[in-house]
Amino acid sequence: MSDSTSTVSTAPSANTFLPVVPEWRRMMNRFLGHRGLLMGSIILGLIVVLAILAPWLAPHDPYLQNISQRMIPPVWHEKGSWEHIFGTDKLGRDYLSRLLYGARISLTIGLSAALISGLIGTTLGVLAGYFGGRVDAVISYIITTRLAMPVVLVALAMSALVGGSLQMVIILLGLLLWDRFAVVARSTTQQLRDAEFIASAKVLGASTTYILVRELLPNILSALIVVMTLEMAHAILLEATLSFLGLGVQPPMPSWGLMISEGKAYMFFKTWVIAIPGIALMVLVLAINLVGDGLRDMNAPEGRN
Amino acid sequence: MLVFIFRRLLVALSVAITVSIVSFMLLHLSGDLAISIAGPESTAEQVEQIRIDFGLDKPMVYQYFDWLWSAVQLDFGRSYYFQDTVMSLISDRLPVTLTLGGLALGLATVIAIPLGVIAAIKQDTWIDRLALTIAVIGQAMPSFWFGLTLIVVFAVNLHWLPAGGNETWQHFVLPAIALGYYAMPAMMRLTRTGMLEVLNSDYIRTARSKGLNESSVIFKHALRNAVIPVVALAAVELGFMLGGSVVIESVFSLKGLGQLAWDAITRNDYPVVQAVVLIIAVFYILLTFLADVINAMLDPRLRVR
Repeated sequence: MSDSTSTVSTAPSANTFLPVVPEWRRMMNRFLGHRGLLMGSIILGLIVVLAILAPWLAPHDPYLQNISQRMIPPVWHEKGSWEHIFGTDKLGRDYLSRLLYGARISLTIGLSAALISGLIGTTLGVLAGYFGGRVDAVISYIITTRLAMPVVLVALAMSALVGGSLQMVIILLGLLLWDRFAVVARSTTQQLRDAEFIASAKVLGASTTYILVRELLPNILSALIVVMTLEMAHAILLEATLSFLGLGVQPPMPSWGLMISEGKAYMFFKTWVIAIPGIALMVLVLAINLVGDGLRDMNAPEGRN
Repeated sequence: MLVFIFRRLLVALSVAITVSIVSFMLLHLSGDLAISIAGPESTAEQVEQIRIDFGLDKPMVYQYFDWLWSAVQLDFGRSYYFQDTVMSLISDRLPVTLTLGGLALGLATVIAIPLGVIAAIKQDTWIDRLALTIAVIGQAMPSFWFGLTLIVVFAVNLHWLPAGGNETWQHFVLPAIALGYYAMPAMMRLTRTGMLEVLNSDYIRTARSKGLNESSVIFKHALRNAVIPVVALAAVELGFMLGGSVVIESVFSLKGLGQLAWDAITRNDYPVVQAVVLIIAVFYILLTFLADVINAMLDPRLRVR
């Protein structure tokens, strides 16, 4: 992290000017001073806690159908009741419970797909950036090819062949969304390739693997974490899209995209069936994006926007 | 300049071929096409018959070159499901998708560039924050859900515009808004960052100190440079939109390429899937190639690379 940080925080405190303030404290101040990052982290943290505690918080079984309780409107509606705060769906399943369990699906897919694609993209990008020359030419070509493939179409076609399921969606998105990791890992590695600490590691006789994993990787990690948040958001939106089109997570699982798809036939008169899962998706992706933007600002305070 | 164009063209061509190989392999490795085409209730003999009829018993390399040789002559074979050649299906549907993509990109550009410029000039004021909020929300909203919301509000409740179909120009308004809002944030942010960077540069200070009026500084000197990366992004976004139109077309029942692809995917109509993936990839490659050339014309420094 650079040391000239104090001028960029939205609410700079006097403390940040003093050299005695420890690094973590300065980071903390910057974190608290960045409104978007703070807000995003709080919302995201809340959603994560709700998802983890879903089995204890959900008022009903998310899979339990009840034909006599179909399409009950949410509590703010005049016909709503506290029994089903967000109402019920066409099979009489409690919407709030499905929403809570759905958060688990979105978060699992976002995190796992981003980890897989992060592994692929970082490996390719670091190799291209560190070795340069032919290796770089080949890997850059692979990245260009990957960018030219229409992600949504390829994902749809493949999941139609393989059969949609939670695991398949994770693997598919993991294999498709690595391009930005590769691009960022490549350019940050290029910047550090000739740095002194890399040269001294070489002089000390460290192996290439050691240099890449122990010396280089920690220094490009912060940039990769920013990409990670973006790709998590991307994966969550794509999963919802695949599930909405019927080729992602399969019923009866409470994926938010699937909930919107199932509610589509009723949306004209019962708007809330698509409004609730749609807003949930938007809030989750918004929170992840705010965290990502905030982390980027913390890494490079000059380019804040 | 000619050498530059020729070199880029060569790369573009080889990327297109690589994409066709990869998409061919992906489809053929994801499952047994003969079984998928025959359907779940067919006997082993029927599957074998289909395998022979469609040439699926031949080695994959042979199948690929056979396919590529026809594809180069714009012959993509016959659709398994629709009683028509793939080429005539595509030429029927392509204008709809291109219209949608063009309108959406136009809409996104018309909003993104002025908004980005204003946000940069009025940095850190409420206008800037409003512009960023609009961008952040656009990035978080699933496009299919935004499309459904537009239908509920403008078609069902206000009766201003039709909900689906592609008979008149009115049918394209809502889909173009849904698709355009998805592309707008990235362009807006890039315009804003570009303008901020340029406005702080030395030559703008010189222009101002020469006593040029502010509008001439902004439009003649600053915008022209800030807009260069936006041109490249716009081309890339159009490519993404053609690929992503499958979702919007299915929401608005637009009979375009995306809908064709989706119908083909759900009916295991692989010649169509394969052709649509390739055509969208070729469009993307062409667009990025054009963006490179336009960029090189706007900015001579890029030509030497």
